[in-house]
Amino acid sequence: MEVWHFTEMPYPEIPADGPRAVTLGSEVFDPEIGRRLYERYFDEYVLADELGFNHMLNEHHATAGCINVAGPLSCAILARQTKKGRILILGNPIANRSDPIRVAEEMAMIDVISGGRLEVGFVRGVTNELFPANTNPALTYERLWDGVDLVLKAWTTHDGPFNYEGRFWHYRNINVWPRTYQQPHPPVWITGGSNAENVKEVARRGYKFASFLQPHEAVKKLFDAYRDACAEDGLPTPGPERFAYMPFVFTAETEKEAQVGADHLMWYIGGRSQPQFSNPTGYSTLDAVVAGMRGQSASRTAFLRQGGAPLMREKGALIVGTPDSVYKQIVEFSERVGGLGNLLVMQQGGAMPHEDTVRSMTLFGKEVLPRLKKLGGNIAAKAAE
Amino acid sequence: MDVSLTQSPSVMTLNGIDVAVTRQGSGAPLLLLTNEDGTEAGSKLVDLLAKDFEVIVPDAPGFGASPDDERLTNVDDIAYLYLDLIDHLKLRDVRLVGFSLGGWIAAEMATKSCQNLGRIALVDSYGIKIGGPYDRDIADIYVLPRDDLAARTYGDPSRAPDFATMDEAAVRVIARNRLATVRYCWEPYMHNPKLLGRLHRISVPTFVVWGEKDGIVTPAYGRAYAAAIPGAVFETMAGAGHLPQLEQPERAAAMLRDFLKN
Repeated sequence: MEVWHFTEMPYPEIPADGPRAVTLGSEVFDPEIGRRLYERYFDEYVLADELGFNHMLNEHHATAGCINVAGPLSCAILARQTKKGRILILGNPIANRSDPIRVAEEMAMIDVISGGRLEVGFVRGVTNELFPANTNPALTYERLWDGVDLVLKAWTTHDGPFNYEGRFWHYRNINVWPRTYQQPHPPVWITGGSNAENVKEVARRGYKFASFLQPHEAVKKLFDAYRDACAEDGLPTPGPERFAYMPFVFTAETEKEAQVGADHLMWYIGGRSQPQFSNPTGYSTLDAVVAGMRGQSASRTAFLRQGGAPLMREKGALIVGTPDSVYKQIVEFSERVGGLGNLLVMQQGGAMPHEDTVRSMTLFGKEVLPRLKKLGGNIAAKAAE
Repeated sequence: MDVSLTQSPSVMTLNGIDVAVTRQGSGAPLLLLTNEDGTEAGSKLVDLLAKDFEVIVPDAPGFGASPDDERLTNVDDIAYLYLDLIDHLKLRDVRLVGFSLGGWIAAEMATKSCQNLGRIALVDSYGIKIGGPYDRDIADIYVLPRDDLAARTYGDPSRAPDFATMDEAAVRVIARNRLATVRYCWEPYMHNPKLLGRLHRISVPTFVVWGEKDGIVTPAYGRAYAAAIPGAVFETMAGAGHLPQLEQPERAAAMLRDFLKN
């Protein structure tokens, strides 16, 4: 199993009440605090590299939850500051991009600088992102796939310019330099929440599929949809390396200490989001519009959030404890979903101090990571080992 | 003997596009273009107008009883579709009435061709940009909190429908209309940057009616709309918000009838 260190780079020093995203003004952002946070988050990635983790980065906009607003910039920094780990951007919000060719260029450049350590994710983007990007909520899937297909064609065309006149973007001279370091192109990842049809699209193209903070039953359903699509299309049975999952993770010497880490991570839950931003008309299904109009929550993870830490632990979305316990929980999760090849560990969150983060990362890196690496693709290995 | 008395929609195909059309009443043809929720359909307003006119209510693709059709992507497409509908039904001297989004569609149609139009009434219509890039000419219904939205939409916010207690099938129809509206109108938000400069092409008598308490598109916006249409008459309705035809159907029907009967 491959393990990827991840922090959303939060800016936690905001008012206790009121919105955290979309409408919170940057008057509450202190640039010097921000500078220290960026420094510290990058230091943690450098430590992760030394401990043997790979790296995952994302981006969000107009939010205190994530000041990593430009994932490619962070990946570029890590391409120079780290030496060993693979660098995963998960992902480029391609549905929200006005210029997908710029994305193809950025990724190609980082791939070359890093000597082929880049893995390129593309995401449809969460609901809050529609507002800063002004993306039509009803067209996000179309934009995602048109954008991904265009980037892939741009990466793999080497005999000079081609043109593109599609639904969302027009180009007369696409000719991407540099060529990607990895040939024919870096590994591609796509995320998904609940749309099984979209998962099948990922499967047919042979990309890696990632799911975040969902209960294990839902994750298994999504992975099954992927496996089914391969079977239906006569494609080889996908191995665990095709699948990724991101839980909150905190590792400590004692269960009591682990609980403190869990509390920090849970900052992300109960995000005080307003219904017009969390359930915009068009982003999800007709049922979601009806639910919103009737004042009900349409979030597929609402029950998980309402259940809090105990339910999240039970469902595998919050994996905390001593190294032995963390290892067992991960293996159990992998077995429940039919084999997990990539664990994206969100092991920093909210106001979790640097020292706590380092302690948890180091314990995981020394006590858990070697055992997971040894598992390889042998996901049936029992936790008792 | 009068087939136009039927109220159930029939689906017709125009250049391969399926459009559901409901016809009610008899008399001169009145093409009624609903607001984005489609809530004039089957309302008291239509019953009242159907006493003097044959009221024809089409559903654009994705709305009401019309299936989705991804080939249509903006209001311009709907305007051409409805001009095709007028041709297909061989309508002449059409009274064209549009509410909110329907008013925007009506204005687009009239700037393209007034050939078969007799008179036009636009009620609290979207469609034009009058201010600069930093001006919010049309309140953002996708961002406003629900209470604020109700206060801006209704002269008397207690008239706002309670979707929590409304029959679920009815809520689903409105929800689907809202999905379609997002698809057509998210960007540019509820307007066509070119429309204002084309309104001078409207060559038939035009009546612009506005709820004086409309907080989505204000009466000042309505006056600017009317001022750009040659000879247009502008009137407000006291006590009404963005949907005067639903808040005060008798009064709205009377005002429209007086103008459209001529």
